[in-house]
Amino acid sequence: MKVSVQPEPFDLGAELAGFGAGRSDVGAVVSFTGVVRDDSGAMEALELEHYPGMTQRAIAQIVDQAVTRWDLADVIVIHRHGRLGIGEQIMMVATAARHRAAAFEAAEFLMDYLKSRAPFWKKEHGRDGTSWVVAKDEDEDALKRW
Amino acid sequence: MVDVLYFAWVRERIGLPREQIETQAATVNDLVAELRAREPRYEAAFADLTALRVALDQELATFDSPLADVREVAFFPPMTGG
Repeated sequence: MKVSVQPEPFDLGAELAGFGAGRSDVGAVVSFTGVVRDDSGAMEALELEHYPGMTQRAIAQIVDQAVTRWDLADVIVIHRHGRLGIGEQIMMVATAARHRAAAFEAAEFLMDYLKSRAPFWKKEHGRDGTSWVVAKDEDEDALKRW
Repeated sequence: MVDVLYFAWVRERIGLPREQIETQAATVNDLVAELRAREPRYEAAFADLTALRVALDQELATFDSPLADVREVAFFPPMTGG
């Protein structure tokens, strides 16, 4: 299990290359990568604030829940903070399991919970000023299916 | 004495990231009432509690939670990571 909260970029290929390696019980690896996008056409950067101290612990608790619910061989969660440019990777989740259903479901569960339960806040920096991204009702609703 | 932390627009509205507060508040709601009575910037930050979340000693909690033995209280908007 790997949980990392960091300002630096990560190398998705390198992270996945060694993931589940050396195990004979891994039949499925699923990964998700969040990328900074610009919906308005006027965005210059995305700033991610977090709660040092709580962040690592909150993510670890979410990973613990996933491991309890699904038979997972391994999990990676990397989430960046600081100022990110458009197209940059914000975060990644990867799950390794015996079968794909568990790997897919656990990855979705991790994403749904990270969005609404890990203490990160996004602020958009644009040509016209700055604004905090507002949490969507759908994000909270997404937790109900679990 | 309790450490009170603010994040995102709550931090910006109040104008500081953290402060130590001497309080006898029994619950988070009581602490919020004390803060709101302080200055307009606190009143503005805590005007709508449905737009806020609270963590006690780095665990998500509710506004009716007791503050006994809590050392760190954090206020912030709903999270938007991922």
